[in-house]
Amino acid sequence: MKQEQKHGKTYKFGMAIDLDKCTGCGSCMVACMSENNVPFKVDESNKKDSISWMKVFKLTNGKSFPDTEICYLPRPCMHCSGKDSHNPSPCVSVCPATATDTDPTTGIVSQIYTRCFGCRYCMAACPYHARYFNWWDPKWPEGMEKYLSPDVSPRMRGVVEKCSFCFHRYQEAKDKAYVEDRDEINEEEYQTSCTQACPAGAITFGDLNNPSHAIHQLVKPDPHHYGKPRNPKAFRLLERLETNPKVYYISEKEWVRKSGDNYLEGEWEKVKNHHG
Amino acid sequence: MKVDRRSFLGLGLGAVAGAAVSPAGMKLTDDSSIMTQNWFGLLPVPIDGEITFDNSVCSLCKGSCGITVKKVAGRAIKIEGQDDHPINKGGICLHGIAGLQYLYDPSRIKSPLQKIGDRFEKISWDDAVSHIAEKLTAIKDQQKPESIACISGNDEGSVSELFKRFLKVFGSNNFYSMASMDTTWETTASKMHGKSNTLSFDIENSSFILSFGSGFIEGWGSPVHCFKTNAARKKKNVNLYQIEPRLSNTAAGADKWIPIKPGTEADLALGLCNIIINEEIYDITSISKSNSSFQAFSKMVAKDYTPEKVAETTGIDLALIKQIAHKFAWADKPIAIAGKGRGDTAGDTKEFAAVHALNCLAGNINKKGGTWVSRKNNYLKFPLAKMDSIAKNGFSKPRYTSFETLIDKVAQSSDSDIQALFVLNSNPCYTMRDSDKVIKAFENIPFKVSFSSFMDETAKKADIILPTHMFLERYEDIPSPSAGITKKTVGLSRPLVKPIFDTNNAGDAILMIAKALKGNVAENFPWSNYKKCLESVTKDIWSSLSDKGFVVLTDKPSYLKPSTDFFHVTNNLKSVEAQGDKKSFPLTLISIDNVRIAGGEIASSPFAIKTVSDKVIKGTDILVELNPETAAKARLAHGDKAKITTPVGSALVKVNVFEGIMPGLIGMAQGLGRTLDNKYVADKGVNINKLIAPVIEPGSGQDAAWGIAASISKV
Repeated sequence: MKQEQKHGKTYKFGMAIDLDKCTGCGSCMVACMSENNVPFKVDESNKKDSISWMKVFKLTNGKSFPDTEICYLPRPCMHCSGKDSHNPSPCVSVCPATATDTDPTTGIVSQIYTRCFGCRYCMAACPYHARYFNWWDPKWPEGMEKYLSPDVSPRMRGVVEKCSFCFHRYQEAKDKAYVEDRDEINEEEYQTSCTQACPAGAITFGDLNNPSHAIHQLVKPDPHHYGKPRNPKAFRLLERLETNPKVYYISEKEWVRKSGDNYLEGEWEKVKNHHG
Repeated sequence: MKVDRRSFLGLGLGAVAGAAVSPAGMKLTDDSSIMTQNWFGLLPVPIDGEITFDNSVCSLCKGSCGITVKKVAGRAIKIEGQDDHPINKGGICLHGIAGLQYLYDPSRIKSPLQKIGDRFEKISWDDAVSHIAEKLTAIKDQQKPESIACISGNDEGSVSELFKRFLKVFGSNNFYSMASMDTTWETTASKMHGKSNTLSFDIENSSFILSFGSGFIEGWGSPVHCFKTNAARKKKNVNLYQIEPRLSNTAAGADKWIPIKPGTEADLALGLCNIIINEEIYDITSISKSNSSFQAFSKMVAKDYTPEKVAETTGIDLALIKQIAHKFAWADKPIAIAGKGRGDTAGDTKEFAAVHALNCLAGNINKKGGTWVSRKNNYLKFPLAKMDSIAKNGFSKPRYTSFETLIDKVAQSSDSDIQALFVLNSNPCYTMRDSDKVIKAFENIPFKVSFSSFMDETAKKADIILPTHMFLERYEDIPSPSAGITKKTVGLSRPLVKPIFDTNNAGDAILMIAKALKGNVAENFPWSNYKKCLESVTKDIWSSLSDKGFVVLTDKPSYLKPSTDFFHVTNNLKSVEAQGDKKSFPLTLISIDNVRIAGGEIASSPFAIKTVSDKVIKGTDILVELNPETAAKARLAHGDKAKITTPVGSALVKVNVFEGIMPGLIGMAQGLGRTLDNKYVADKGVNINKLIAPVIEPGSGQDAAWGIAASISKV
């Protein structure tokens, strides 16, 4: 007899970033680094080995002076939903060690450092370059290890790491709800560090399954199309790969929305209102 | 030896059997797994414990944001914005979040140091203080008390007041603070609305913002307050027009970016004034036509700033100039702001006056959403300073118009009038223009005492360093900046962790020096320690300050409507130009205030440097922005190595070809090229202040340079 285990409520946590509000100030990046014990090196200008779970990219519209426009695009892990448990996110599909998995109760794509043996298949599979490899052991200058948070374990050389949607904050909120004898956690109880830090209020975080949450109202995810946004100003990166990210972007500007994917000439006109 | 088939196979089989039983294989596998993943020993294991939250104020910049510090088992582990704080309302910038990287930085100065020969040696606090007292007593004995000076990062706050008081009772009027746009706004307010007034901008409630190059979301004013205001502005559909030659983040986030030839901002502002006066669309209730200064002003703009002329000087389309003028004049609550980038340096007096003339024409003075003109609010009540005859005599001697003029004078001869200098919360050897000259001036001063937490460019030049507490280790009142925010607020910085090193509060350090001097000086400092002093001088507000952590001193504009004197604008002011001969230096170097790079006395944190784009720093090189057109003319491509030369210096850089910068300009980030002992942030790029010569304005004596003529060539 099949018996369903009860774990309380099932969430689908997601993030929406309003690119018209983002000012590129970088607070999200540092808030993430300081929350998650991300290390630093002497030279961080080689961006391929510079670990930054949240990374802010600068986009330009490619026009020459004075018609140039720029837009900043913060990129955390997309926490792709994939299509179903047999077709999960690209990284989960390729991990030979089950070091990365989709948590069915939150939709969060995990990374278990002690399982990871550093094959880096997931990095090759991730189309968003959201994963980073620890080529060296992290080293904090003497005394600076005092600011490390006990909520997140420091990572060792030879493993991959990435954004966890501040999963430890979810655990904390869940513990609190449990102590207070509640089944559900409230929207404001679980917010990621970057969301909390953004001084422009560009990031919205919450449960995509819950219509009362701000993120749901903002992107209007379509449950019949793997959460595709129904808000015409919202889009997801590389939508047509069908990775179905849980991170959404919002912009009034068409050129910004167009930069969310690679289009052939003339193709954008056909898809711009329904993103493929 | 002959190897036949039989012995070959035998040897081969033997080797295979040997390898199979040898432990080498197992050992190598084991080693390689340890090599690739070493779980224990090498990684720190953060200690868990009780979680607590404490509030304080960040003083890494002038913004004075409220912060909440998360602590685990007494260790500070995270800094976040304080939710209910009137300035930042829960927001925080990247430098504030990275504050703990300053606190726990092992390259901090760990104990008092004395320079012996050309290196520093550790001494005790008592020895350091008595050494300073000896030097000062000798100066006083020569009847030259006015030859001691102090340069401070800020003019307000009880620590600065204690230093001012010390100099005064010692007999010197040579207390200076580093100039910023606040200084220029104060001058503008005093000249146009009467003495000792200050200006602040109620941008939160404005309905149209006209910004003359202010990096509104790049650190201008109180940075996080401005970030918040900007986010709210977008919700309320309040437009921002950004006037500057480069597509900055502010320009990118603005409703309209208006590129302008740098240095012609004042012309544009006066051209706008002309249109507004000419079409009589100014606020008639606050401007009287019979006002003689207004008449003179109208005449001047009508003659010298016709829209056609202004279009030519500024390079902005005539129709667009008219559109801006109309948009500004017809807006319900318009506001015009100036102060380039972060506003870390003094501004062009003419530009500020012209921009403020726009505010006066709009009639927004002391109105919601407008410009607030008010008296300086001094919340500190110090007892009257008592001076002896030597002090009185010394104090009455003339002072320099500014610290820039002092440096200029001292750099010229080693036989300077300044015998001793205190450096507090500032780093003039890095932040002042033509820093090589500033360093030379420092070498001409016989005795320098630095009150610093870090071995920065200026501390390196000191004779004695008294290391100060970082902001999470000390009590201090932190007043909000004047121009950036209308809500005049004072926050309380509180010690949340035990001092990491053998440091002290700068306030305590000056008390110790005063006591060591004995006599009249000591009598003026009756407090046993700085905290007692702070409590007593803030006595009116201390209970709410210590209770809530902040006190809002004013949040309403003054009811008084100050009169406006336009003569300040008509008074033959000249715009500051980029220095240098255009023939040998055909381009113009401008500085870029990048929000992720700290530009002031304190260097960026390792985290902040990590966020900087590889189009700004690559390895140890700095990349400068060039328009593709400029780059093509100089035969430079993206990533090429190049040499920039200006009349005061040269530097090796790399090229970043960027469409968003006006042709003819070179854009270089401010805040790099530090020489600290912190390898994560030092020796990256070039300090732009080495390449720019100061332009000292005759009236204020302050450096208002915004750039310099330059050339670039491939190397």
